[in-house]
Amino acid sequence: MKLVDPWLVIMGLGAYHGLNPAMGWLFAVALGLQERSRRAVFAAIPPIALGHAISIGIVVGLLWLAREAMPERLVRCGAALILLSFGLYRLIRSRHPAWVGMRVGFRDLTLWSFLMATAHGAGLMLVPVLIGWGRTGDSTAHRHLHGLHLEHPSLIPAASSGGSVRWLLAAALHSLAYLLVAFIIALLVYEKAGLAILRRVWINLDLIWTFALLASAILVLFI
Amino acid sequence: MAPWKPDPTFYPSPRMAMQAPPETLAYVAAFNPKKDGRPDAIAVIDLAPGSPTYGALVGKVEMPKTGDELHHFGWNACSSALCPYAPHPHVERRYLVVPGLRSSRIHILDTKPDPRRPQIVKVIEPGEVFERARYSRFHTIHCGPEGIYISALGSPEGTAPGGVFLLDHFSFDVLGQWEVERGPQSLAYDFWWHLGHDTMVTSEWGTPNMIEDGLNPDLLLNSQYGRHLHFWDLRRRRHQQAIDLGAEHQLVLELRAAHDPTKAYGFVNVVVSLKDLSSSIWLWHRRNGNWGARRIIEIPAEPADPDQLPPLLKGFKAVPPLVTDINLSLDDRLLYVSCWGTGELRAYDVSDLENPKLTGSVRLGGIVRRASHPKKPDEPLNGGPQMVEVSRDGRRVYFTNSLYYAWDEQFYPDGVRSWMAKVDVSPSGGLTLDPYFFVEFGDYRSHQVRLEGGDCSSDSFCFP
Repeated sequence: MKLVDPWLVIMGLGAYHGLNPAMGWLFAVALGLQERSRRAVFAAIPPIALGHAISIGIVVGLLWLAREAMPERLVRCGAALILLSFGLYRLIRSRHPAWVGMRVGFRDLTLWSFLMATAHGAGLMLVPVLIGWGRTGDSTAHRHLHGLHLEHPSLIPAASSGGSVRWLLAAALHSLAYLLVAFIIALLVYEKAGLAILRRVWINLDLIWTFALLASAILVLFI
Repeated sequence: MAPWKPDPTFYPSPRMAMQAPPETLAYVAAFNPKKDGRPDAIAVIDLAPGSPTYGALVGKVEMPKTGDELHHFGWNACSSALCPYAPHPHVERRYLVVPGLRSSRIHILDTKPDPRRPQIVKVIEPGEVFERARYSRFHTIHCGPEGIYISALGSPEGTAPGGVFLLDHFSFDVLGQWEVERGPQSLAYDFWWHLGHDTMVTSEWGTPNMIEDGLNPDLLLNSQYGRHLHFWDLRRRRHQQAIDLGAEHQLVLELRAAHDPTKAYGFVNVVVSLKDLSSSIWLWHRRNGNWGARRIIEIPAEPADPDQLPPLLKGFKAVPPLVTDINLSLDDRLLYVSCWGTGELRAYDVSDLENPKLTGSVRLGGIVRRASHPKKPDEPLNGGPQMVEVSRDGRRVYFTNSLYYAWDEQFYPDGVRSWMAKVDVSPSGGLTLDPYFFVEFGDYRSHQVRLEGGDCSSDSFCFP
């Protein structure tokens, strides 16, 4: 039984990551302001989204491999342990990756975004949603799929066989939601809102993020 | 646990920081020139107009050991925490990083529990930095994207090279030398940066061995003191370009880069020209990928009766302006210039880089003039405007009168009696001494001023 559609959760997390100024949109705005050009804002978002997608993709890929290779109970315990220790680490030492540099090209931005997403454990947050997905060809996969309440199962061609495409799609949809939200916020702030809002609305998302990771550790064990 | 909202003293851009509320406290480095067993201190001065203790010392933190010679200091964090590539806006601007220029001991003061009574929460002993960064005699502090950057005049032995090292901005651990490749750079003094252009700029004074016994006339006349500007790749930590200002220009000190990160220019003062004892302000700027520098302001020496001059200057029959500090308002419009020798604080409008305009001037102290303050009109003052600090809104400027112990004695042999004064700035850049603000420090000497919540030389911004 799922209370929430997992696809919505996957995209919701993408939107949440996109919302975080530390994850990319603020960098895009800064580059636009530095170059005095809206095009610089546009140009910055794709590599930032790509870096995020790679980071997410690696976590999703590793989880898929683990589910293929190991018993579910072991994967769940291992994932819970990783999430818990990462969450606690971030709670005690809320560090940020050391990066210096405003003069960045496509490759730099992709790498930067990858580092930021990875250091913040962005992909780890998807683990509770994905961990219940079965192995390729496993009957549990069908069971889980039927529990998804997908309105358009045909959107996911290989899903009926519980294939790896579904995992790939999870990473892609997450990244797409991330891209859209980051893009819209960057544009709104650059064109309309201005940076003064940072002082008012930049709540400590890292802290929420940390609690989300800790909550994920528990979810992984019990969902 | 970190706070939920960004530190309210952080502003994305310098223009927004100008809207900050007026400062109510100043922290002032006060060192004890006498070897009488009393330590140096950070003095806390009340700046709130209307307060019964306005312009008075309301707190003092003594250092744990003697002989530090407190000089420059800075905040652990500032608006650069909002920089988009490594944001950490939920740290707090609350710790003052206070090094002893002579002792190489670094003190971390917490201003949060009681801003009027900061507490020393950590002391980094000199040996720790000697071992981890191979530097000594720490000078400028800037809160930057990678941590706390500190410049050092030389090696633990007092020789070259000096340079920059990093402190972790959470734990205050010494992280090591900043430079990956220093190229021809050997002397060090001040540093700052153009965050929007990934560029660090450094300047040159002299090694500890060249300065600690006083200004050495032989070294000076042979152009051995600093005369270069250095430009670095801030990201890759590599030396990019050195600019020689010329053999006649000695002592290249305070770097004031434009606060607007899109602008690639800044100002630096040269204390003395060997040709005519004048001081000068230079503009550095980037054109076609290369850095250049040119002199935009020259302040001449003033003829003087040799009887009124210290031994070092008698032969010249002139008092040099000795421009030893400058400061730039957050809108990059007004440049304040301290003439420590002639006892004058000047303001220049530098919005047109080609034509800087003198907009205001006040006289206080001076080697010959000894101009007095309106609060004590009968008391001749010595020392002169030296460390100058500008409020974020640009309406008030505070300054103190001591330079550096060994050099104070050469230019003011009767011993600098230390004071701090304030000018109010009119919209057009005119300067008026506040007749009610005049702080005297007894037998301590005051140096750098830091304003509560930030000021014009301790904040850097990633957004225009």
